[in-house]
Amino acid sequence: MSQQKINQYRRDFLSKTTATAATGAIAPGVMLMSVGQAQARPADKAVTDKNRWGLLVDSNKCADGCSDCVKACESENAWGSGSSDEQKSDAQQKAQWIRTVTLKNKLTGSEHQLPMMCQHCEEPPCVDVCPTGASFKRADGIVLVDKHICIGCRYCMMACPYKARSFIHENLHDQAPEVPRGKGTVESCTLCVHKIDRGDGNTACAEACKHQAILFGDLKDPNSAIAIEMKKHATTQIRADLNLNTGVRYRGI
Amino acid sequence: MADSIGPELKINRANGDECVLPAEEIRKDHMKHLNHQRDDTMYDGIRTKQFSLKECINCHANKDEEGKYIPVNAPGEFCQTCHAYTSVKLDCFECHATKPRDTAFHPIVTDKMKAFVEVHETPNTKSMLDAIAIKNGAK
Repeated sequence: MSQQKINQYRRDFLSKTTATAATGAIAPGVMLMSVGQAQARPADKAVTDKNRWGLLVDSNKCADGCSDCVKACESENAWGSGSSDEQKSDAQQKAQWIRTVTLKNKLTGSEHQLPMMCQHCEEPPCVDVCPTGASFKRADGIVLVDKHICIGCRYCMMACPYKARSFIHENLHDQAPEVPRGKGTVESCTLCVHKIDRGDGNTACAEACKHQAILFGDLKDPNSAIAIEMKKHATTQIRADLNLNTGVRYRGI
Repeated sequence: MADSIGPELKINRANGDECVLPAEEIRKDHMKHLNHQRDDTMYDGIRTKQFSLKECINCHANKDEEGKYIPVNAPGEFCQTCHAYTSVKLDCFECHATKPRDTAFHPIVTDKMKAFVEVHETPNTKSMLDAIAIKNGAK
């Protein structure tokens, strides 16, 4: 086979196979396009930057006084009320992966609440300041702490503009099998990374929100519900002035 | 010969007679595999089961007379027995769960999760627990 023919063959092959992760080839030239997002990745395949996971929070839908998302996170990730640990820590010291914040417009007096958690920045300040490399961003945009190398210095807690991280002050015994947590390390919202890897295609907070105020999805997939919603409506990043390109976006603030 | 070395272990045969590698190998190299898997999981989201610490616990956590799981790092239990015998500190469980998640806090099981399980035969936490419970005669 001539070199030109090989190249042509390679080009055809590549153009058919690399379209998207959600595309399957039935036969040469026949493609099956899946509309659904969050295709299950095989357990032995590494995450790639083809996806970027994020949340869209509609604070107009978020009901005052409701904390279902916080409770669901606590139960899923075994912190706060979802665990029997951290009895000695005070309110300032206890873990807080997600919290509700009430905003008040002083001029009009209007009040509304929204959930606040790690914003999974594309340029995370927590990663910049980490002296050991424990704070890192996964290829698919999830910001995590590698607790095996975290020394508990808490620089990241100081650097985070969203006050999203907390430090564990005491020995724990009641962790969830998929969510290791331990004394002397920093932690924050993992975007339910174990659920994403399992292929659930949702986070505990988004599943629990009966007001549909939280939407989880792939920001890089133009067909995902979150990308469509973000194309249709104006959305806000909190502290957009910091140019962090957050993975968690808000509507109605 | 190898079986006569070291302390006698409490092994739950209800989950099968074979480890993920031959016993001699896993005795010597379990930390090599666990450390390798740990970085793959942490950074690349690779969650294969063979060398997953969670799967070790699922198999090796024993139950007491009341049917409650005993932590694997408790004295006389699977991990702790050898680590006490060889005076090697067991660090994993400062952070990692020492028993399968059994009682208080069930995760929310969604339709998507169920569909995923049907296709991939990867049990979610709840069904895995049920399977373990049935195996151990609790249900």
